[in-house]
Amino acid sequence: MHTTSGLSITTNEREAPLDKNMKILIVDDFSTMRRIIKNLLRDLGFTNTHEADDGNTALPMLKGGGFDFLISDWNMPGMTGIDLLRAVRADPSLATMPVLLVTAESKREQIIEAVQAGVNGYVVKPFTAATLEEKINKIFSRVAA
Amino acid sequence: MNHHGNADLEAPRRESRLAMARELLALLEAGDDEAADQQLVAMCGEMDSALFHEVGRLTRELHEAMNGFLLDDRVSEIALHEIPDAAERLRYVITTTEQAAHATLNAVERSLPLAEELRDGAEALGEAWDRFRGRRMTITDFKSMSQDISAFLDLARGHSSALQTQLSEVLMAQGYQDITGQIIKRVIELVEDVEKRLVNLVRITGDRYQRGGDHTDPSVLEGPVVPGVVSGNVVHGQDDVDDLLSSLGF
Repeated sequence: MHTTSGLSITTNEREAPLDKNMKILIVDDFSTMRRIIKNLLRDLGFTNTHEADDGNTALPMLKGGGFDFLISDWNMPGMTGIDLLRAVRADPSLATMPVLLVTAESKREQIIEAVQAGVNGYVVKPFTAATLEEKINKIFSRVAA
Repeated sequence: MNHHGNADLEAPRRESRLAMARELLALLEAGDDEAADQQLVAMCGEMDSALFHEVGRLTRELHEAMNGFLLDDRVSEIALHEIPDAAERLRYVITTTEQAAHATLNAVERSLPLAEELRDGAEALGEAWDRFRGRRMTITDFKSMSQDISAFLDLARGHSSALQTQLSEVLMAQGYQDITGQIIKRVIELVEDVEKRLVNLVRITGDRYQRGGDHTDPSVLEGPVVPGVVSGNVVHGQDDVDDLLSSLGF
């Protein structure tokens, strides 16, 4: 069963390190990057992954419910990742969802902007499988704490 | 326009004006008003002709510069054909690299389950093999293990040749680098050509345009950092990001 917020995952699964069944939305305008992230997540044991190609397609999916974790690119046509993050934080039913930005944007001001918008983790492209795993573990151990 | 050359040009002109002025003075002192008037008219005419000469020179230069720029066949060729072509070529680069990435991902996604099956089969057999070596195996189990070994050898043969096929696909997909490299090189040549012409245009129009300065708009997304291209206050790699985040209390 899936929960709508990151916080309730940890109350259900306090002992388990991570709920491998959690429903994850991957948002990137490049289908190859979505496939890479999807494959890396499957290697880590997460198979319940879904895809969207920008914020405009992602937001209705998220509002449709059931998602536990959002991994998004920043620079996308339509709605960008930072705007999606703000929309998620502004929606009471999604506000506590953990969000990881995976992006090539690497200006210091942008990272600070993302933190101010309430991001839970920030990975710069190009990244490694180990980095992605480390950040996901960190996000959920923090959410659990 | 050309202030540096004035000192050299002025000296002989000054000499001739001085000579004309001395003559005028001499004529006035001699009381020859008619000749003095003529001398004055001659002096003004000399001034006017110098001014007209300078205006004429500037006009001709401007005219030549404008013609040189407008009538340059390359400029219209670049604007009408080469830049739209370049955009089309770069779009093709995106398509080609995307196809190569998908071909590689397809091969990887087909290979991973094969490797997984090989590993699982080897693990299961290894377990049975250890029991056999430790003399902890019944004859029935031994028969079943020999069947498993045969089956595994078949599987290994099939899977390894399938893996070989997938690896060749990955190999062949790398051909995009050659194709896109050549296309991008052509576009770089065009950009450099345009740059040369723009620099020339800026030179012709003089120093009216201020150069330099930081024109980066903070709200514009910059995309990936390119080595050698200065892009302001950026982090370098994940470690830098992590340092920044931890300084922000993350």
